[in-house]
Amino acid sequence: MGRKLLFDKAHIEGIRYYDVYRANGGYGSAEKALKSMTPDQVLDEVKKSGLRGRGGAGFPTGMKWSFIAKPEGVPRYLVCNADESEPGTFKDRYLMEFIPHLLIEGLLISSYTLGCNSCYIYIRGEYAWIPDILEQAIAEAKKNGWLGKNIQGTGFDLEIYVQRGAGAYICGEETALIESLEGKRGNPRIKPPFPAVKGLWDCPTVVNNVETLAAVVPILRIGGEEYSKYGIGKSTGTKLISACGNINKPGVYEIEMNISVEEFIYSDEYCGGIANGKRLKACIPGGSSVPILPANLLLKTAKGEQRMMTYESLSDGGFATGSMLGSGGFIVLDEDQCVVKNTLTFARFYHHESCGQCSPCREGTGWMKRVLQNIENGKGKMSDIDLLWDIQRKIEGNTICPLGDAAAWPVAAAIRHFRDEFEWHVLHPEEATKRNYGLAHYADPLVIAAPAAV
Amino acid sequence: MAEEKKLFKVKIDNISVEVEPGTTILNAARRIGGDIVPPAMCYYSKLQGSGGKCRTCLVKVTKGSEADPRPMPKLVASCRTTVMDGMEVANITSPEVQEARKGVVEFLLLNHPLDCPVCDQAGECHLQDLSYEHGAETTRYEFKRRTFDRIDIGDKIQLHMTRCILCYRCVFTADQLTEKREHGVLGRGEVAEIGTYIHQSLDNNFIGNVIDVCPVGALTDKTFRFKNRVWFLKAVDAHRQCEDPKCCGKTVLWMRGDEVFRVTARKDKYGEVEDWICDTCRFDKKDVKDWVIEGPRNIDRHSVISQGHYVGVHKPKDTLVEVLDGRQPKLLLDIHTVSEVNRPDIDLSQIDGPAHSDDFNKK
Repeated sequence: MGRKLLFDKAHIEGIRYYDVYRANGGYGSAEKALKSMTPDQVLDEVKKSGLRGRGGAGFPTGMKWSFIAKPEGVPRYLVCNADESEPGTFKDRYLMEFIPHLLIEGLLISSYTLGCNSCYIYIRGEYAWIPDILEQAIAEAKKNGWLGKNIQGTGFDLEIYVQRGAGAYICGEETALIESLEGKRGNPRIKPPFPAVKGLWDCPTVVNNVETLAAVVPILRIGGEEYSKYGIGKSTGTKLISACGNINKPGVYEIEMNISVEEFIYSDEYCGGIANGKRLKACIPGGSSVPILPANLLLKTAKGEQRMMTYESLSDGGFATGSMLGSGGFIVLDEDQCVVKNTLTFARFYHHESCGQCSPCREGTGWMKRVLQNIENGKGKMSDIDLLWDIQRKIEGNTICPLGDAAAWPVAAAIRHFRDEFEWHVLHPEEATKRNYGLAHYADPLVIAAPAAV
Repeated sequence: MAEEKKLFKVKIDNISVEVEPGTTILNAARRIGGDIVPPAMCYYSKLQGSGGKCRTCLVKVTKGSEADPRPMPKLVASCRTTVMDGMEVANITSPEVQEARKGVVEFLLLNHPLDCPVCDQAGECHLQDLSYEHGAETTRYEFKRRTFDRIDIGDKIQLHMTRCILCYRCVFTADQLTEKREHGVLGRGEVAEIGTYIHQSLDNNFIGNVIDVCPVGALTDKTFRFKNRVWFLKAVDAHRQCEDPKCCGKTVLWMRGDEVFRVTARKDKYGEVEDWICDTCRFDKKDVKDWVIEGPRNIDRHSVISQGHYVGVHKPKDTLVEVLDGRQPKLLLDIHTVSEVNRPDIDLSQIDGPAHSDDFNKK
């Protein structure tokens, strides 16, 4: 059994409610931080822990917090990004649904560290029932003196507000989230200025993912030093992975970042292998926007090393032969799945969710979708594959926010690794509507299946 | 504060320029001028917060600054990136930038109707210029283009969303120039559109400026619609005493013969207005008598709009009196030396305005 830090008490009945949470050691970390530590000491612990942002980019949290500007007389804000909308990612949902107090405790400690007196949880609109759970938890915490004025007699004030989004993927981008929180159209801002200097209502703001903020609680409980002993190298601690697709046991797993991808997919403790006795074809290891990997490259890196569930190992080889840990949305495809169709699904999603502010993403996502639709429907041409490659290349890196890249990467990776399958779709349009390309050589040992050079 | 402000040294395409801190790369390039200036479709120096959206002005920062010489990992929007001391930027010298720009132009033209032959903006359209300069000859887009219905916003302005490139300039104009913004961007992604939500007319004395800021033919002047092609018209600078204190009254009249076809604000070589004008000047003063004409307008644009205009004509600096060695023009010829028809006791130069028979009858 892997060690757990966030979900270690998730099995206890009623952990959603304050009394049970408190009886099982809840708010102990907050008590320790508020009563016996200065904000700088807490920041030190977080820095020592090596905690990295769990939202996707993996930026060190301690460093992000130390960037926040501290001008006199200007309020600072902490915003919790609960706009979890990446297809395949649903880890924050479980955390908020089952242990809401863990998030609130994390928010309390983080706000104390950053010196914020107001904190916002921006939650995606589709999670319609979760705001009620959070509101209830906030009310309970307030009743017991963990929120409001003069918390536990320490003189620290904090209010937490829950704000529902209207269901836009783009509002998960931090500056778009801030715009939306201000009541405006959720368009990403042009950076600089960064939110740490000019964020919510032009005040210094830190935006963190739900899991990142919750992870502050175990860091304070066991100490930053101890936390950094979990995992490998710079990937410290535990990570929530939401596994889905063709596996025996889909769900949210807390893993210590020291297990291999193979173990994660095939061990009974986690995914329990591919469903229905099929073979693994491909996997998108970090949510829909990260590059898809064929089975052979997923389990072993291009150097022939075992691929681990860590930030470094998953991105080993760059985009040519690697992927990313991303937000932890682990999507598994078995041999019956069609990569073209999967890519089309993602392209359709990004087309639908583009905010339309900058031209490459606004026009390019729709174009990619239509070309993919043609290939999928048997109307594709060989030149379409090169065209797709060219479009994605012109979107990537040329947009205001990273969502342009997020739209381009899945298409790029699919063509890079599964070009044969695209070509098969173009050459056999009749057959492609009746059956799938199948596993082909995608699980062959690496030497034979060198990735198609594009 | 007598101390000298420190200037930042910036190199753009290997040309050095010194600019004040806080200047954007685009404005630094404009200080140098010439063909190294990145094109800008959405940035507008007179509008706060504009820019960053169209991505045509992307440039490569090959050296971040003197202190931190690392190059920037991605291409940056030059209109919104401020310079650092010692920064080195590649625009036309970078094939990567040219390639990306070509891509952006292709994206912008993807859903554009290319109806230039019937578009009033043709000839002074930035997208037209941009596509001639950076675009491909043919499109690779094989799908149906997105279309919208034409909308009248007010009786003077026509909104043709199909041509729009969503630069947001008009939204910023309405936001910053008028008291109340009634239009904005509706919808998202590919189907985002400029709109007034319930087809409200835009009723404000400065809303006509959205026509001038629109880089394409999405917002056009209905009083000029289909009247003439811009390159057939002669542009002259003119002014009038405008009643509106916010209006500068300085305009360009687009004329053919004595007829004023349209009135616009004065635009510089980047197509940005020098000062805003009110709707009364723009739409209602279409008589040459309303205006004091200053002289021909020099339009410094490479596109078709400047064809047939007074290119290279400069207003003489000397006055006529100086040229005539101090003689007054009225005394070029004393009529009495050659004719006695008019009564010699009447000094014609004393008559205010043209002489009439009345002037001679007076005793």
